[in-house]
Amino acid sequence: MTADATDLPQGTRPSLLMRLPGRDFPWISVTILVGVLLLAFIGPWVSPWQPQALDLRSAFNPPVWVEGGSWAHPLGTDNLGRDILSRIIAGTRISVIVAFWAIVLSGALGTLIGMIAGYFGGWADIVIMRLVDIQLSIPPLALALILAAVLDPGLQTVVIVIVVTYWSWYARIVRGEILSLREREYVALARIAGCGPVTIFTRHLAPNIVNTLLVLATLQVGQVIIFEASLSFLGLGIQTPQISWGVMLADARGYITNAWWAITMPGIAIMLTCLASNLFGDWLRDVLDPRRKQL
Amino acid sequence: MLLEAQDLKKHFETRKGVVKAVDGVSFALEPGKTFALVGESGCGKSTLAKLMLLLERPTSGSVRFRGREVSSLRGRALRQFRREVQAVFQDPYSSLNPRLRVGKIIAEPMLAQGDLSRAEIRKRVEEALEVVGLPTTAARLYPHEFSGGQRQRIAVARALAVRPEVVILDEPTSALDVSIRAQILNLLSDVQDEFGLSYLIIAHDLALVEHFSDATGVMYLGNMVEQGPTEAVFGAPAHPYTQALLASAPRPDPDHVLPTDVIIGEIGSAMNVPSGCPFHPRCPQRTAQCETVQPERHVSAPGAWARCHLLHGPAPRPASLRPDQLERTST
Repeated sequence: MTADATDLPQGTRPSLLMRLPGRDFPWISVTILVGVLLLAFIGPWVSPWQPQALDLRSAFNPPVWVEGGSWAHPLGTDNLGRDILSRIIAGTRISVIVAFWAIVLSGALGTLIGMIAGYFGGWADIVIMRLVDIQLSIPPLALALILAAVLDPGLQTVVIVIVVTYWSWYARIVRGEILSLREREYVALARIAGCGPVTIFTRHLAPNIVNTLLVLATLQVGQVIIFEASLSFLGLGIQTPQISWGVMLADARGYITNAWWAITMPGIAIMLTCLASNLFGDWLRDVLDPRRKQL
Repeated sequence: MLLEAQDLKKHFETRKGVVKAVDGVSFALEPGKTFALVGESGCGKSTLAKLMLLLERPTSGSVRFRGREVSSLRGRALRQFRREVQAVFQDPYSSLNPRLRVGKIIAEPMLAQGDLSRAEIRKRVEEALEVVGLPTTAARLYPHEFSGGQRQRIAVARALAVRPEVVILDEPTSALDVSIRAQILNLLSDVQDEFGLSYLIIAHDLALVEHFSDATGVMYLGNMVEQGPTEAVFGAPAHPYTQALLASAPRPDPDHVLPTDVIIGEIGSAMNVPSGCPFHPRCPQRTAQCETVQPERHVSAPGAWARCHLLHGPAPRPASLRPDQLERTST
C-alpha cells in the first residue's frame, strides 16, 4: 500500500517510571515522604528510646543545640522526660495509618459515587450533587464534634470523620472527569461494540481518571495529617497513651513557655510532611497533565 | 431493506423548550449500497446516526433492521444487533482509547459478543489489520504511535472485524489531511465490495458524497427535504435548499464566485422550527403557502422526491423570484 499505511513507528516511548526523574523532580519532598513512610514501618527498631519511657529526672531537657541539651535526647524531652525524637518516630505510624485508610476509603467511596453521578446523569446526578453541596457546607470540625460524640474517640473515628468529609472532594472531581470522558467517541464506540456499563467503567473510564486520582490523593496526604492532628489536639481523635503528632501538640501545650521544643518539634514534623506531600502532588499534577505529554 | 428509519423523531426536552433534532425522517438503506446524509451543521444528521446506532432511543417512529423493529431492543437481542451494525467516527484521536493496545481495540466488539475463542479473535484481528493495509505487528502498539490516517485505518479494522452488515460512517474523512482522505475512501470502497457492506455515510463534503454514494438524503432542521438516487439529487436538485447547498460548494475554479443570493441568513433553531416549510424564511422562492402549509413529498425524478410546494403541479409564480436566480440555482 502507501507510505502512510506501512511506516510504523519502530521504538516506543520509555516507560513512565523512566521519564519521571529529571524534570524538576522534587528530590527533597520525595526524600521526606519516603523517610516518613520508612519510619512508620521500622520505627520501633531505630527509635533511640521507648516512646513511652518516663524519666522524670530528665524532664524538660532542651534539644542538643540549646545550652543544657545533650545527644542522649537530640530533640529534647517533654514534661515527663519522654524522648521527643522517639515519640515523633512513633507518631509517624499513626499518621501513615490514618492517611492510608482515610485516603483509600474516601477515594474509593467518592470515586464510585462520582462515577455513578457522571455516567448515569439524570436523577442520580442531581441527588448526588445536592448531597455533595450539603457536605461541603458543613464545617468539617463541627461534623467531627458530632461524630466524636456519637462514636468513641480514637483512630477509627478519625478515619471515619475524614472519609465523611473528603468523599465529596473525590465525587465532585471524578464526576467532572467522567462527564467529559463519557463524550469521547471511544465510549460511544464501546457501546456500539456491545460492551455493558461495567466494561465501559473498568476499561474506558476508570483507567483514564487514575492520574487525577493520584494527584488528588497526594495532595490530600497533607490535609489528612493536619486533620488528624487537629482532632487529636482537640481530644476528639487519638487518645493519650497512643502517640500521634496531634497528641504531642496537645500534651505540650501547657508548657509552651518553658519548653518550646516539646510543641515545636512535632509541629515541624507536621509541617515538613504536609509541605513535602503538597510539593510532590503539584509536581505530579504537572507531569501527568496530558498537555505536557509531548515528550 | 436492510436498515430503515420510519418517521423517526428525536426531541430533546431542555429548560428553554423542546429541541426537535430529528423530526419525522424516513429512509432505507439497501444491501450493499451506500446512503449519504448531507446538510449543514445542526441539521440533525449526527443525531439521526445515533438513533440508527441505537445510542439514543427515538421519541417516536421506528428503526428497522431486516424488517424487524430494533429501537426498543435490550440485553441479548441488542447485542445481536450490535454485531450487525458498526460505526466509524470522525475523529480518529478521540475514537481510540489511548490506554488500550491496538489489538485490544480491534478485538473489543468480538470480546463483547463473547462467542469466539481467543485464538480465533487473534486471527481475526490480524486479518482485519491486513485488510486495512497495516502490518499485523501494529496490534501490539498503542494508538498514539500512529498517524491520523493510520488511526482511521485501525477504526475501520475494528468495525470490520465482527463482520457486520452495515457500517455507519460519521464524517469518516473530515478530520484527515486531504492527501489521506482519498486513501481512506478507497479503502472504504474496497472493503465494501469485498464484504458486501452497506454504508450510511454522513458528510459535509458534497464532492465525496456525489462520488461515493448510491442514494442521498438532504436534511434541513431535522427534516429530510429531498431524497433520491445520487445522480438525480446532484444532477437535478429539486429543492431550493439542495440547490443552494450545491451552489455553495467550493469548486476547483479560481474564477468561480460563490453565489450569495441562493440562501438567506443563518440556519434556524431546531427549538423553534418555522411553520409550514422549515426552509421558508431562507428561501428566495418562497410563497405565502410556504409559510403556513408543510409541503408533501413530490416526485421530482424517478425514485426521487422533494418536499417543496414549487413541485406541486404548475406552481404559482413566486413574486420574489428573479429569472437570474433560477438560472444559477439550476446548475
